[in-house]
Amino acid sequence: MEYQQLKFFEKNNRIPGGCGVAGIVNVKGNLFSGENIITSICTMNERGNGLGAGYAGYGIYPEFKDNWCFHIMYDDIRAKEIVEDFLEDGFDIVNEEPIPVHRVKTLQYIPLLYRYFIDIKRDKNSQELYDQQEYILSTIMKINKNFDGAYVFSSGKNMGIFKGVGEPEEIGDFYRISDYKGYIWTAHNRFPTNTVGWWGGAHPFGILDWSVVHNGEISSYGINRRYLENAGYYCTLFTDTEVITYLFDLLYRRHQLDFNIIGNILSSPFWEMIDREEKEKMEFLKALRIIYAPALLNGPFAIIVANSDTVIGLNDRIKLRPLVSAERGDFVYLASEESAIRCVCKLPENVWMPEAGEPVVVQIKRV
Amino acid sequence: MKPKRIIIKEEYCIGCRLCEVYCITQHSPSRNIIKTYKGKGPKPVSGIYFEEKGSTSFAIQCRHCDEAPCVENCLTGAMYKDKKTGMVLHNKKRCIGCWMCVMVCPVGVIKIDYKEKKIVSKCDLCIDSEFPACVEHCPNEAIELVNEEGKKIEK
Amino acid sequence: MAKAKNITEFIIERDERRCIKCQACVRVCASDVHSYDDESQELLSDNSRCVGCHFCEDICPTGALTIKRNPSATKDNAHWTRDYIYRIVKQSTTGGILLTGMGNDKQYKNYFEHMVLNAAQVTNPSIDPLREPMELRTFIGRRPDRIRYEKIKENKYILKESISNLLHLEIPVMFSAMSFGSISLNACKSLAKAAFLSGTYWNTGEGGMHRNLYPYAERAIVQIASGRFGVNTEYLERAAAVEIKIGQGAKPGIGGHLPGEKVSEEISLTRMIPEGTDAISPAPHHDIYSIEDLRQLIFAIKEVTSYKKPVGVKIAAVHNVAPIASGIVRAGADFVTIDGIRGGTGAAPLVIRDNVGIPIELAVAVVDQRLRDEGIRNQASIIAAGGFKTSADIVKAIALGADVVYIGSAALIALGCHLCQKCYTGKCNWGIATQDSYLTKRLNPDIGAERLCNLLKAWALEIKEMLGGMGINAIESLRGNREQLRGIDLTETELKLLGIKYAGEAW
Repeated sequence: MEYQQLKFFEKNNRIPGGCGVAGIVNVKGNLFSGENIITSICTMNERGNGLGAGYAGYGIYPEFKDNWCFHIMYDDIRAKEIVEDFLEDGFDIVNEEPIPVHRVKTLQYIPLLYRYFIDIKRDKNSQELYDQQEYILSTIMKINKNFDGAYVFSSGKNMGIFKGVGEPEEIGDFYRISDYKGYIWTAHNRFPTNTVGWWGGAHPFGILDWSVVHNGEISSYGINRRYLENAGYYCTLFTDTEVITYLFDLLYRRHQLDFNIIGNILSSPFWEMIDREEKEKMEFLKALRIIYAPALLNGPFAIIVANSDTVIGLNDRIKLRPLVSAERGDFVYLASEESAIRCVCKLPENVWMPEAGEPVVVQIKRV
Repeated sequence: MKPKRIIIKEEYCIGCRLCEVYCITQHSPSRNIIKTYKGKGPKPVSGIYFEEKGSTSFAIQCRHCDEAPCVENCLTGAMYKDKKTGMVLHNKKRCIGCWMCVMVCPVGVIKIDYKEKKIVSKCDLCIDSEFPACVEHCPNEAIELVNEEGKKIEK
Repeated sequence: MAKAKNITEFIIERDERRCIKCQACVRVCASDVHSYDDESQELLSDNSRCVGCHFCEDICPTGALTIKRNPSATKDNAHWTRDYIYRIVKQSTTGGILLTGMGNDKQYKNYFEHMVLNAAQVTNPSIDPLREPMELRTFIGRRPDRIRYEKIKENKYILKESISNLLHLEIPVMFSAMSFGSISLNACKSLAKAAFLSGTYWNTGEGGMHRNLYPYAERAIVQIASGRFGVNTEYLERAAAVEIKIGQGAKPGIGGHLPGEKVSEEISLTRMIPEGTDAISPAPHHDIYSIEDLRQLIFAIKEVTSYKKPVGVKIAAVHNVAPIASGIVRAGADFVTIDGIRGGTGAAPLVIRDNVGIPIELAVAVVDQRLRDEGIRNQASIIAAGGFKTSADIVKAIALGADVVYIGSAALIALGCHLCQKCYTGKCNWGIATQDSYLTKRLNPDIGAERLCNLLKAWALEIKEMLGGMGINAIESLRGNREQLRGIDLTETELKLLGIKYAGEAW
């Protein structure tokens, strides 16, 4: 297939697949190099097929920590000009540069990759933080939906998503991940069931400072998506990961629910369990299931979701995909396989398999 | 020991009289419905009385009384109470056809054979098979078999 | 000869080799088809009286009876079929409207049969319902768009806004409205008891609630229709929910009429009308001539029941169903019942039943989409009704967006109905659509309830199998999940209205 065809296909089809996921967090917010996350994800190359990999790092842009950072991929220079014109309209561009890369001969279909550190223009900046985020969100939706040939794949503050089509070591090398220092790193190793060539289709997926790496296929996709459309989120990519990301944004940011509650919504306990709880808790869980029934993620998944302050690992309600966690000192590790943890942390203090539907919530406590 | 009993729910009796048909078939030599009715051999007499007035109808058969007058009044012991099951049964060989049982039966469910001057038919709860044929085949469960505590027995 | 005789629809074949002349057929036929001639000792049958209810065929102990369609044919004519010819014959004899019972029997496109379901393969596992939990629990009623709670301490929350006034079902199937009057008390009791035992709901229809049904009232949805029969405060308070009936799928825009001869003492007490008078439900509610009037009635009922019970509105699926449903939700209804063109009835004019309304599949799809477009889908549940005949139809309707499905005809078939469509004569041989004490006792409610429970249980098992196959273990993940459906043999417009892709299209 030609590149444009590949891209069209990737954008307009839900491509199920198996995957490997990994995450390393320093709970005190201390920065560490991206080297370990590459080692960790590459241990699980059995879980990918070289058709997609990506990384998300938090705390990587300390010099621009108060600016929104957009990573945008362009098909051609024309798309770049159009988007830049559009951005200049609503934003002060503090810094603009190509994303620094190493040349990796084996990679194909490499788009133009740029990053922008931006501020919302002063006349628009008077709004509250909540509205700022809504403004950024609508800007991303606008670019991704309306500007052909441009795609915003990272849009948080002091964080960045790096992804592409290739093996995780190639993508890690290409983006020079080991040159960055962050306090949260997550990574993804993809095994799509279709040939793909568009870099935007790789994971992690993110909006604002959310990033999601996901292994699984959501059978409830149809209703999750319609539920989100009701709330004003338009899925442009037809991926499960996109749906999960928007659900987190809706439930955490808009509905202001904490992560334990979100875990109970996305991967709800069975009625059999709820009925056995004492009355108050039973009523609460029951209300959650009734109100958020269309947000229930049904089908196999293991996800690692991060924002600037938190990392959450979550399995589906009957744990159909693997997820292991471990701790040592200030570090918490999450991965599809224990080997991916052991290779970067030989002697963890504690290793455990999170139960089905029980979120692992790692809160960053900066000192 | 109290026997199993057949109880009547006349509110559900639809008056089809299939209970009689199946009682006769069950007590025939072949137990085949078509052979029983259309064959050359004699047809048994049903152990069931069917009563009908207006839209009310029901089928009644021997109640297998705890203190059965028919047993008490039988001269020869042909009518007897089975010790094991508590059922009231009839031994044709001993019957001399005095019809005292017919006279004393409080519900009138013992039938006379005028030809042989004996008792020909009386409900034996289909002792030869697992389950009373009338109960099994009642299309609307208007007759039910109950155990000693009055609980419904399903086949 | 300008006059015509009765039309013989069925021919009764009696196999003389099998007939034992027990005369069971003679005794049970309410249409007096069979008779026994003492003189010739022959069983006779008058074919012209037979309605095709198959009761005698079922009761015959030797299987000697077969009811066949009358093969007598008019000349092949694609336009003037036998059916239409005899309608004219009948009407030119009687000069009246042709009546009928049960649902539309015309061959309109059945969309359920043009939709296929998905199953999980490789990329996600299917789930075995025999080994893993599979949840069908469903709730009906208004729910807020977000939870409102207070965090007491870590992992301890209390609700600030309770959502207790919802109906709670263990299976997303309920029994639709059938009044005492249109059906016998034994039929009502069978439905009520089965709903009670199966964890679902039954519906009184517009006939009040007979005192013998009070034990099942907590599982009853009571109806208020244009005749307001049997309605008082206690009636509303006794029930689990209230349904305002505007229309019915079998006869949209038409009222109801229970003739005086059927209004027995018990019916008169239950409906609160004098014995022997006609019970007439007008076509419209004469206090609801517009949506704002409906709102007043909804809130009047909510006031009476202290806002503790869901109040819903039932409408027939008609052309403008989506905006109407949206208006109903905005008028305060907690659920909207939509009854499609295949919905049944005890009596309706034939031309109305066969020609008015739209199929439920399309109606559910457009109503669900409309409520989502307007962001009010959470404010009301959608109950779909009208000809659901298998658990697969139910699964498909839920995937299109229905919360729950009502079954009426299917429930009556479980009770014996053979769809002879003669409900309006009051001579139902199966003891369902009749008040004749000779016939009503044929329906033993204990057997009836057991059979209905069995049907629901069997369908629940099948629904669980289908869900498990899709890799879904809770019914809410199927609800509105149209990705699980694909269309076959449908046009662009149909696919668009149903909101589904064509078979062969991937995600």
